[in-house]
Amino acid sequence: MDRTAIQFLAKPELQTLIDELRRRDYHVVGPTIDQEAIVYSELTSVESLPRGWTDEQSPGSYRLKRRDDQAWFGYVVGPHSWKKYLFPPKTTLLTVQKTDQGWAFLPPAPESARFALLGVRACELAAIRIQDKVFLEGPYVDPVYRARRAALFLIAMNCTQAASTCFCVSMKTGPRCEAGFDLALTEIESGFLCEIGSDSGFDVLGACDSRAATEQELDLAASARQQAVSMMTKEMKTDDLPQLLLENLNHPRWKDVGERCLSCTNCTMVCPTCFCSSVTDVRDLATGDIERERTWDSCFNPDFSYLGGTPVRADTSDRYRQWLTHKLGTWHEQFGTSGCVGCGRCMTWCPVSIDLTEEVAAIRETAAP
Amino acid sequence: MNPVPTQLAANPWQTHCVRIVEITPEIEGVATYRLLADNIQDADAYRFQEGQFNMLYLPGVGESAISMSGDAESRDGWVHTVRVAGNVTRSLAALKCGETLGVRGPFGTGWPMDQLVGKNVIIVAGGLGLAPLRPAIYHVIQRREQFGSIDLIIGARTPEGLLYRNEYDLWRQSGINVQVTVDRGATDWTGNIGVVTTLMDRLKITDGTQSRVITCGPEVMMKYVALTGIRKGIAASQIWVSMERNMQCAAGLCGHCQLGPAFICKDGPVLRYDQLQPYLFVESL
Repeated sequence: MDRTAIQFLAKPELQTLIDELRRRDYHVVGPTIDQEAIVYSELTSVESLPRGWTDEQSPGSYRLKRRDDQAWFGYVVGPHSWKKYLFPPKTTLLTVQKTDQGWAFLPPAPESARFALLGVRACELAAIRIQDKVFLEGPYVDPVYRARRAALFLIAMNCTQAASTCFCVSMKTGPRCEAGFDLALTEIESGFLCEIGSDSGFDVLGACDSRAATEQELDLAASARQQAVSMMTKEMKTDDLPQLLLENLNHPRWKDVGERCLSCTNCTMVCPTCFCSSVTDVRDLATGDIERERTWDSCFNPDFSYLGGTPVRADTSDRYRQWLTHKLGTWHEQFGTSGCVGCGRCMTWCPVSIDLTEEVAAIRETAAP
Repeated sequence: MNPVPTQLAANPWQTHCVRIVEITPEIEGVATYRLLADNIQDADAYRFQEGQFNMLYLPGVGESAISMSGDAESRDGWVHTVRVAGNVTRSLAALKCGETLGVRGPFGTGWPMDQLVGKNVIIVAGGLGLAPLRPAIYHVIQRREQFGSIDLIIGARTPEGLLYRNEYDLWRQSGINVQVTVDRGATDWTGNIGVVTTLMDRLKITDGTQSRVITCGPEVMMKYVALTGIRKGIAASQIWVSMERNMQCAAGLCGHCQLGPAFICKDGPVLRYDQLQPYLFVESL
């Protein structure tokens, strides 16, 4: 097999790929339908994939619909993001035991779970890259993320359609999966075209029955990918972004959006890059041991930031401003990238249909001179 | 920022068990604790940069970010001056000598001691803000000849709120011009009354480019200290403030303590005023 040549896999070969990864002790996680949404969950069989289903999305709305074909990956993105496998919603950082000599602080057992992610979109690859910068590339490393990230196997899946909420082209994160994967697939009716992105990708693919793709298959894949670009309607102007927001911290639009926003935290929970967390002590009443437990937190919670016991951002408008100026503004200074990948989850899952691109546009329209 | 110790960089949650070896009652509701780690053999591990902080951990209760208030060169433990303000500090106040707690650190940026060399240094402290400045005071006293004039302005609400009052004379004898002011004096108070900036205003500064300001206290006080310094010809980039926010991870990973682009825990707590200035005056940011 030529490593640089794009391979063709017949559809059933995806099962061989899953089996091979499981043989190598990976938990294979991928898309499946649960509670009327396409979510990510552990898979053993291609039968669990959302075959023949698609998602229709707009701000405040997500609906599954039957497709008129049997595509396996014919949807965009759902409420889950892969961050739950790398930065778990709940994790133990430290176990504390009382001993005769005082407190003993025990690190958690080394992480043993190895995940293979199947069906990672280009925007999601970008999100993982962003969380890499947050958790691995600063002066401090998050040990939980590091262990899980090091063991990760990534199978990207190029988008062949876009939702009305998608704007990855504006954010320069997609729709084409360019790098950062072990394997990248494009689905066409007869099978998958597969690019090899790493040695382990090459190695795993060796277990599958594949051959070099034909010109015709390559053309079909290219036009399938082009469809995602053509379907994308949402845009956001980004070239002036950190500056525009930071020069308009007192813009009246913050109050306006603060009156609509419910401060429900949905946008931060579905966001594939939001990384805020809180640590609490949980005591086991039987043993007396204490666990330092980290859970996802959100800057939309009123007590997220406080000073002298008083919330710093008392109003919803203050918290919305923090979220948006961080995501699109100060993130650049902190991590050298935007915190937004253009996946659109924050608008789809917003119960009051707030669209961040509209908020930015409104601020731009009447920006401070 | 300061170089991060390797082990802490790889796991900022690494916690040491420390024993309280000394408790010094200070003003009302405030005490100073000296902490020695059971498992630290290398006494150099206690070194820190003046202005840095530790996370003190009371198991079952939680953590609190507390500045170092002792001598940075010291090899006999970490010293923290703590005011009872919440659950963690209240639980700490209930502990006696010999009891243990957890510590992570040191974290954060320190006072820019190198950049103060050869300059006239103005140190302005409000209330408990003197605690994170005390290591810097010890530093300049130990190397007094390296600095120009050193003015230390200490403010408190009342005379009873003046921290480390028994050290002021020693500091004066060491070549520091210590001035004290309170918001409200009792009948026996013969000193200054008023905010710290009134004393700052009276300082004779002939060439502001030769002066540096380091300050710690309530946020509103630090803003006015900075504005006063600037008015007296000191560049905003030559003024450093020590900020406070709720910190949880202390490593820039949990997001809580952000102010504009700064993670106060990692990029601060000591920050240059010109870098903070655009964000300090925006309400509820």
